[in-house]
Amino acid sequence: MLLSAALFIIGVIGVMVRRNIIIIFMSIELILNAVNINLVAFSAQLQNNVGQVFAIFVVAVAAAEAAVGLGIILAFYRNKETVNIDEMNLMKW
Amino acid sequence: MPAGVSLRDFYYLLPELVLTGGALLVLIADVLLPRRSGHALAWITLLVLAATLASLGTFSGTHEVAHGLIAVDEFALFFKVVFLVSAAVTVLMSVRYLEIEGASPGEYYFLILCATLGMMILAGGIDLITIFIGLETMAVSFYILVGFIKPNQKSNEAAVKYFLLGAFSLGILLYGMSLLYGLSGTTNLRVMAPVFFGPETRHDPRLILAVMLVVAGVGFKIAAVPFHMWAPDVYEGAPTPVTAFLSVGSKAASFAMILRIFLEGLPAMVHDWQILFEALAIVTMTVGNLAALTQTNLKRMLAYSSIAHAGYILIGLVAGTPRGVSAMLIYLFIYTFMQLGAFTVIVLMRRRDVVGDELKDFSGLHFRHPYAAFAMLLFMLSLGGIPPTAGFMGKFWLFSAAIDAHYYWLAVIGVLNSAVSLYYYIRLVVFMYLKKDATGSEPSTTPALTVALAIAVVATIYIGIYPRVLFEIAEASARTLGVVGITAALP
Amino acid sequence: MGQAIAFYTLAAFILGFAVLVVSTKDTVHSVLFLVLDFLFVAALYVLLGAPFLAAIQVLVYAGGIVVLYLFVVMLVNLKRPPEAHQDPHRRTKLGFGLAVAVLLELGAIATYGMTRTGSPLVVPGTNGPLPGNTEQVGWLLYTSYLIPFEIASMLLLVAMIGAIVLAKREL
Repeated sequence: MLLSAALFIIGVIGVMVRRNIIIIFMSIELILNAVNINLVAFSAQLQNNVGQVFAIFVVAVAAAEAAVGLGIILAFYRNKETVNIDEMNLMKW
Repeated sequence: MPAGVSLRDFYYLLPELVLTGGALLVLIADVLLPRRSGHALAWITLLVLAATLASLGTFSGTHEVAHGLIAVDEFALFFKVVFLVSAAVTVLMSVRYLEIEGASPGEYYFLILCATLGMMILAGGIDLITIFIGLETMAVSFYILVGFIKPNQKSNEAAVKYFLLGAFSLGILLYGMSLLYGLSGTTNLRVMAPVFFGPETRHDPRLILAVMLVVAGVGFKIAAVPFHMWAPDVYEGAPTPVTAFLSVGSKAASFAMILRIFLEGLPAMVHDWQILFEALAIVTMTVGNLAALTQTNLKRMLAYSSIAHAGYILIGLVAGTPRGVSAMLIYLFIYTFMQLGAFTVIVLMRRRDVVGDELKDFSGLHFRHPYAAFAMLLFMLSLGGIPPTAGFMGKFWLFSAAIDAHYYWLAVIGVLNSAVSLYYYIRLVVFMYLKKDATGSEPSTTPALTVALAIAVVATIYIGIYPRVLFEIAEASARTLGVVGITAALP
Repeated sequence: MGQAIAFYTLAAFILGFAVLVVSTKDTVHSVLFLVLDFLFVAALYVLLGAPFLAAIQVLVYAGGIVVLYLFVVMLVNLKRPPEAHQDPHRRTKLGFGLAVAVLLELGAIATYGMTRTGSPLVVPGTNGPLPGNTEQVGWLLYTSYLIPFEIASMLLLVAMIGAIVLAKREL
């Protein structure tokens, strides 16, 4: 529990602090891993395998998101030559 | 528990199966048909949507399918109709837009259908796993659709922002869900609800944490205010038909998810989430409307206005009564048509060199294209909530539901906010009717766009004048939503 | 006792690598730390009695996803360190302050959860009639959760097409 909470927090810090899209994205992966640890730990504690099934779905979705997300990042990079979110400034208030 | 999934389950999932098959059909047709056959693909897509709509009509009553993973009830039915209709209008809008942008239509329509599939799963899901998979199917399709116009930097940027914040919010939502699972030992919302009524769990801080995380996660999806930062950028950058679909379909689906999770799964925590949503509703309405006042880009303005509308809709959830829920359904239905209509007019303005979403593009529209101007006038009045349009009926019902549930000041704030919102809606009307400079762009119509516009106009006026039919359907739908939930939420 | 030691060692590694992932300047190093992190998480799954998931974790995460990351990092090939320009320090400090506060809070909640013996359970385990973790998970996946499983396949198809559409140079 505490472990997954800490991992979750590290992921959240990563998203908030870093300016590099790819690292932000990896931080999101860390968050999803925290979720999975949580699910598996609960599943072990409850003697109930549904948590593990849930975790498998999370892994599948993480894979799908990784593919799409990296595709988006590539398309963005081709046009802008940067992966820094501070330079995403075409649209402001 | 009987093993496996029976034929009966597949019968109840018929609409989803039809839609899935149709989506694959579009992909195959894209390969087989000669290039540049966008019209044919659009027709196939529309046929698929129509077939799905028709297959919805084959059953009635309330059922739980596939071991209680998916509910087929009138609540889900109501939302599915909303999704299918808005998908169809979006397709009508897209034909010309895609030709101008030179984007490939096959994948586009496939993704629209997949997003719709995700929404339908979401509306029926009564299990955390189903809800989560449906949500992701919808969201991933939208990430791609938002970034679909690759040469356009705005579209890229919107996609990156939407993707990062969407994935982040998914992480938060999932963390909340994993806590819910751990505390109840089940992922099924209807099994979960009674567990949390126990005095032991009810005051567990972990449960409160889970509720907060889930609220934050869904807050991102409906763009409620502390979590709204992505919405204006994404709405502005995305291709206009996608913006329309995103602001309507994705929002309605997220509200369906909220109603399912909170009313069916967490009625025990009603006091905790009610306070959270109350605060969200107030901030969302106010910030959305105030920010919309200063916008000069129409898509951005509509983005902020849609944030504000999410705030109004949350009022119904805070009220928590069956009446509040039915008011939410009604408002979502009406909102679908107003918003789609407004975006259709923006698509009308799109030309090869002009995006047509700046306020000045609309100046003097009345003198160039009176019908489009009139339609826009109607949608603006409806969004602002002026009778005899549908928007008035929707707002009236929502606010009266709030008063019914003794949330007087929430209703007052809502009314004040709609008054503020009138300013920016009317400003557009002034631009269209009173300014005579010819700098604006020339709208051009196609039959498909005309049909889309006509559907939206007719629906807006018809519901405004004869709201009764819709009200009855919405109330029936609200009643089927987890009997446990509604009665428990009553004060 | 041995299990507890193993758990805390793994936990320390996981957290340490997670911090490195987030804090390293070089993106490639960051990705490599991510792999190590995923592998330790997989080890943790084995410890928690989920060997099937551990295998999935190694195959999909450490094998698939990270390779994808590496490809993109190579393609995007950063010429200049993206963190170099004007100070995000103020924000960084604020972020850490907030994070510490939240971590303390979460820690309090988690310890609270641990001190209470056994959370009240109403729903009994729904394990299948089969022995063995892999069999049980598979049984659940292909019976009760068949429908979401099928939808997940659609999701992966969407992701595949999306990645192709987005990454293709010309349509």
